[in-house]
Amino acid sequence: MSLTTLIIITTGLAAMAFLLGRHRAVASAGGRRKITKLHSLPNHYGQYALIWSLVPALLALLAWSIFDQGIIDRAVLGGLPAAYAEIGDGERSLLLNDIRNHAHNKMLGSSPDEAIAAAAERYLDLEDRARRVRGILVLAIGLLGLMFAWRRIDAQLDARNRVEKVIKSLLLLSSLVAILTTVGIFLSVIFESIRFFASVSVTEFLFGLNWSPQTAIRADQVGSSGAFGAVPLFVGTFLISAIAMLIAVPVGLFSAIYLSEYAHHRVRAVAKPMLEILAGIPTVVYGFFAALTVAPFIRQSGSLLGLDVASESALAAGLVMGIMIIPFVSSLSDDVINAVPQSMRDGSLGLGATRSETIRLVVLPAALHGIVGSILLAVSRAVGETMIVVMAAGLAANLTVNPLESVTTITVQIVTLLVGDQEFDSPKTLAAFALGLVLFVVTLLLNVIALKVVRRYREQYE
Amino acid sequence: MNKPATQALATAGGSDTAKKVAASLRRRHRAERRFRALGVLSMLVGLIFLGVLFYTIIGNGISAFEQTYIKLDIDFDAGVIDPRGDRDPQTLASADYLALIKSALKDQFPEVRGRSDRRRLNSLVSTGASFQLREMVLENPGLLGEQRAVWLLADDEIDMLVKGHIDRNVDEAERRVSDRQIAWLEELDGQERVALRFNRGFFTNGDSREPEMAGVLGATLGSAFALLVTLVLSFPIGVTAAVYLEEFAPRNRITDLIEVNINNLAAVPSIVFGLLGLAVFINFFGLPRSAPLVGGLVLTLMTLPTIIIASRAAIQSVPPSIREAALGIGASHVQTVLHHVVPLALPGMLTGTIIGMARALGETAPLLMIGMVAFIVDVPESFTDPATALPVQIFLWADSPERAFVEKTSAAILVLLGFLLVMNLLAVILRRRFERRW
Repeated sequence: MSLTTLIIITTGLAAMAFLLGRHRAVASAGGRRKITKLHSLPNHYGQYALIWSLVPALLALLAWSIFDQGIIDRAVLGGLPAAYAEIGDGERSLLLNDIRNHAHNKMLGSSPDEAIAAAAERYLDLEDRARRVRGILVLAIGLLGLMFAWRRIDAQLDARNRVEKVIKSLLLLSSLVAILTTVGIFLSVIFESIRFFASVSVTEFLFGLNWSPQTAIRADQVGSSGAFGAVPLFVGTFLISAIAMLIAVPVGLFSAIYLSEYAHHRVRAVAKPMLEILAGIPTVVYGFFAALTVAPFIRQSGSLLGLDVASESALAAGLVMGIMIIPFVSSLSDDVINAVPQSMRDGSLGLGATRSETIRLVVLPAALHGIVGSILLAVSRAVGETMIVVMAAGLAANLTVNPLESVTTITVQIVTLLVGDQEFDSPKTLAAFALGLVLFVVTLLLNVIALKVVRRYREQYE
Repeated sequence: MNKPATQALATAGGSDTAKKVAASLRRRHRAERRFRALGVLSMLVGLIFLGVLFYTIIGNGISAFEQTYIKLDIDFDAGVIDPRGDRDPQTLASADYLALIKSALKDQFPEVRGRSDRRRLNSLVSTGASFQLREMVLENPGLLGEQRAVWLLADDEIDMLVKGHIDRNVDEAERRVSDRQIAWLEELDGQERVALRFNRGFFTNGDSREPEMAGVLGATLGSAFALLVTLVLSFPIGVTAAVYLEEFAPRNRITDLIEVNINNLAAVPSIVFGLLGLAVFINFFGLPRSAPLVGGLVLTLMTLPTIIIASRAAIQSVPPSIREAALGIGASHVQTVLHHVVPLALPGMLTGTIIGMARALGETAPLLMIGMVAFIVDVPESFTDPATALPVQIFLWADSPERAFVEKTSAAILVLLGFLLVMNLLAVILRRRFERRW
């Protein structure tokens, strides 16, 4: 029985359980007219039966799908001739792959040796049997659940409370997905990073000045032992983010001030969404724009001034990233500036201050927390931004703070290390996860601080 | 401050303070104007950047929706296509259609001799043109033995020349099209055999190494499959999580933890989600690389925080009177929420979901991590077929050296922006239509 048929049959069973449960409840109350004798609505009894016939069956199906592959694999390997008993783990998984391939695509060229062919046959046979057992098991559990519910349902059963309890736990479960995601991120980067730090020391990674992750393929190769000092990447990331913030903070802040304090409401209604379009444009578009238009432009203007600008200069990437971040700064700052109570402005204006003096001396200091928070969020955005730098910044890890030279960033290196076919054990690929860990921790810290700062500010005026 | 008032201050001349204020006014007003000008300037900077961005992309991309075609008189020679004469589809499919094109070009330019000249002549027409002829014959085997004028795809360099992206005045050695090719093309043009026609292939083809044959259909479908997975998973999970947090969660440390968590996840760089997908879905669970299914799962985790936050805002905006009314006539808490609060908050939740989907559609970095960057010609047909996504296709084309891919990249960006525009408009309309002021 295939998975699809099984699911269709279980769903059908559940629908039947709903109807039966409702019917049974009405009958036990003594017919449709005496329905008020029931503790809950008839539909609740239906849902009660449905839950009993569906949830245990689905849990069984889930458990089965998690474990059956491993059991079948072990049984097939165990049935191999003794000659295969003493092979290593890596070879065993290769062998298993072989068997699976032969089992599923018979026409696959090379004729296997007899042991593998036999194993493949056994594999198919086991799989077939497993599928049958699975079908019977799941349906039996579904029927048992239905029977249990059928026997429990009577007029006194508090079906509603029970159903609602199940609904509430389902709701709780889905809100736990968020926690699971964080845990998943943390574990996946931590585990791979630990493996990475087994071959490269933490201090070398964090403080080393040399980054060239090409490792030797053969032991006797010269000059490519791989160096994993990440300082050039940190500096590059810092440089590009700093350039981006130099653009985004003044432009974003002044736009926010203008839009919230000066602009006519019609100008605001047009200009604010227009600026926010900048935040909605996919970053890959910015990357293309940076590489195609901005970088050559900067290079040409540089050579007019007699400067030698790299074609993948940090300036181009940082500039475009700054444009991308403008709306983050401006709309968050706009919110906090608007949240400053009007009475404070009125007080300042009443004392004879001009509008700009009011803004500089009263509104901005009052909104400072929120603005700092929004800038921190923008920094974390800049640090984690990937596509712009992948397309417009360089690959070579130069340790420099000259914006006209080419630098590389953490995200660029993660992408270059992991794109393409890689074996998963070399320090080269694992280094990407260590960089990911750094990135995750840094952005997390920035976010936590930013949210704290913003929240404390909000409480002041609410 | 208005004029009479300042004059009054100055003439009254009572205190020193008033004099000082009057004296400083000019300077202060100048500062005021400067400040204001700075505000206008920075707003304009943002808008100008936006304008330049759109201008470059549209300017570069609009020409990709047309493609150069060359009209040749093709002789569907039965002796070449189907020597045995049995019209077997297998033979028809594997026949040498390139020979037909070559002989048509030879008839057109009988004076061209020599191998290298011939080769240059043949390279006027795209390598994809022979597929075009094959399609024609397979569709209508009656063509065999006839002669037809057929519009064939031109090579991408010729296309660039016709569109004016290659400068004819540059030294011959520095451009990709030789003088003789230009002369031939001009001769063809004189007979009205060269034309720009709507580039249908751009919307119906998968990726290709030949720019003139590359299309966005494969990438679009890859994106569609991934987004479908994302929608099916993230909408129910996001909404139920929001309902729980807003309506049922007790105020305790676990709830606080979940909340802080969601806010932080919303700001985690997208590439980190890609690392998660690579380590968990591909290496741990053994799901296939490059599959839209995995892409959809990663994008789900990425969009969930957005959807949860938007859904919570929507639930918060339902007034307490609704809840109290429902509870007052005896509904349980769950009934109140499911029958009244959620339906009223649904438009807001949907709006948030669409915006989350739009963000997921434009996301590239996590998809690079899970291997959706391969060069894939076939159009994906299921959730587990290898595929790319629209933004990844843009990234891949942007990396290609051919001049013609600049145009294709910009056009693909226009397609992507078009989808985003439609999704955002949908969200705006939904909000306008169903938003209630309580």
